[in-house]
Amino acid sequence: MDDILLLDAIERYLNGEMNAEERDYFEALRKKTPEIDQMVVEHNMFLHQMDLYVAHSNIKHTLNDVHTQLISKGDIYEGGEIPTRGKIIQFWNKYKRVTAIAASVGGVIALFISGLALYFSSIVTDPKLQQLGKDLEAVKKSQQYQGAIINEVKSKIPLNARLLSGGSGFLIDTKGYIVTNAHVLRGTGAIVVNNKGEEFKSSIVFIDQLKDLAILKITDSDYIAAKSIPYTIQKNNADLGEEIFTLGYPRNDIVYGMGYLSAKTGFNGDSLSYQIQISANPGNSGAPVFNKDGEVIGVLSTRQAQAEGVTFAVKSKNIYSIVEDLKNSDSAYRKIKMPTKSTLKGVVRTSQINKVEDFVYYVKAYGK
Amino acid sequence: MKGDSNEQALLKGLANNDSKAIETIYKDNFNMVQTFILNNNGSYDEARDIFQEAMIALYEKAQTESFVLTCQIKTYVYSICRRLWLKRLQQLGRFTQQVDSLEETVAVEEDLETHEKRNAEFVIMDRALNSLGEPCKSLLEGYYLKKMDMNALASEFGYTNADNAKNQKYKCLLRLKKLFFSQYNIGE
Repeated sequence: MDDILLLDAIERYLNGEMNAEERDYFEALRKKTPEIDQMVVEHNMFLHQMDLYVAHSNIKHTLNDVHTQLISKGDIYEGGEIPTRGKIIQFWNKYKRVTAIAASVGGVIALFISGLALYFSSIVTDPKLQQLGKDLEAVKKSQQYQGAIINEVKSKIPLNARLLSGGSGFLIDTKGYIVTNAHVLRGTGAIVVNNKGEEFKSSIVFIDQLKDLAILKITDSDYIAAKSIPYTIQKNNADLGEEIFTLGYPRNDIVYGMGYLSAKTGFNGDSLSYQIQISANPGNSGAPVFNKDGEVIGVLSTRQAQAEGVTFAVKSKNIYSIVEDLKNSDSAYRKIKMPTKSTLKGVVRTSQINKVEDFVYYVKAYGK
Repeated sequence: MKGDSNEQALLKGLANNDSKAIETIYKDNFNMVQTFILNNNGSYDEARDIFQEAMIALYEKAQTESFVLTCQIKTYVYSICRRLWLKRLQQLGRFTQQVDSLEETVAVEEDLETHEKRNAEFVIMDRALNSLGEPCKSLLEGYYLKKMDMNALASEFGYTNADNAKNQKYKCLLRLKKLFFSQYNIGE
């Protein structure tokens, strides 16, 4: 009961509902009793938290209301196909005002061209011009998006499936076994593309999310197995400072990158992976990391978003352990044979790449 | 690049939870963010989530007295969303074809830190309120959220007089405080 009386007093005090006499008395009490003083401070802070809470829930409420309203008005879309053409019209609508200011078509074209020039020269002087450049980019992006759909139609991806993500992978057995990252394989299936652009259907035979590794098997009748794989896969750990290189598909063409091993553990001390210094881009996931002798020492997997060039690779010995797991899980895979002979030692880099590039694949994952 | 007076007015409206201003900002920016998230492996729901979180961050920023937005609302919202989305992708450990970085962005790390702290506090309060049970929860919500006066509350909840309702309110408040601070201190 005393607590409640005190709380009442504190709240009235903080809300300024006390009369002068009462307040003087209470302030004297506060000075005398540190416990009460502390309670006042605490309660004030608590009330502040309550106010923040109230404001936060109110704004959330408003945002949800606005969202539903805008959807019913048709100002924003949710669900269904992305209205690509609608987007372009929207961009046009948005800049109708700019057009009106310019007041002539010629003006608009001039703006457009300078916007273009600004975009390519990347010198920013006028924010408005730059915005036009950005919108152009957005339009271009949606066009690319359309282009992608057209390409998909004639590819080996099932007709009604959608490309979900892309990454890299490499052969560990000429029978068509490919190692890539588990996180590349979103969706229901994947096709692989070699460096000549030939596509092959494949099936996902093994996924280990923890190690972030997966094995694909090419199931396509068009696939012609090579005689042997030129590289081996390292069983023990690589050394700090070792020079490394990678080949992957951050774009449709195979891309070479080179760097060094910078730490024996990965992100936050993760002992399954290495930290490497290499410039990697989205799409490099699943690419093999070679040492200078052309041995695979890891599988490029992630990078630190805020730091430049800090990349992580899953250690190659994990490949052996997932292959073991796969063999144990199904006798059909007993015959997987990892490459044992390297033909890359002491060979100059360009011919190493020459020999290796046919064995690095572009992995495209698709889903419904 | 200073936000023009129109944008300043919008932000003022946002700070006062004015639905007209919020609607305008929403309409002008949502589609851009949605396109960005959808093009980067996100879903419609995620786009909505991320955008609304950015709006709340902007709202919090607009409320501070020392507030100045040194860029356009569009740029700011985009930067926040981009950062939030990158973070979410990173939490998922994804590193596939994603996140185009061609748009202009501004540094928002500090604002996001404040926002995250506020978010955590909100969650703690929410959890505390929800674990109070009835009628405590509704009583406190009535008084502190809806700002109803004690007499109205007493009649709504069926207390015989305002004093009894007030007494009950303080009992509930004590419990809420206990719940809140037990979490809050851990959170610190």
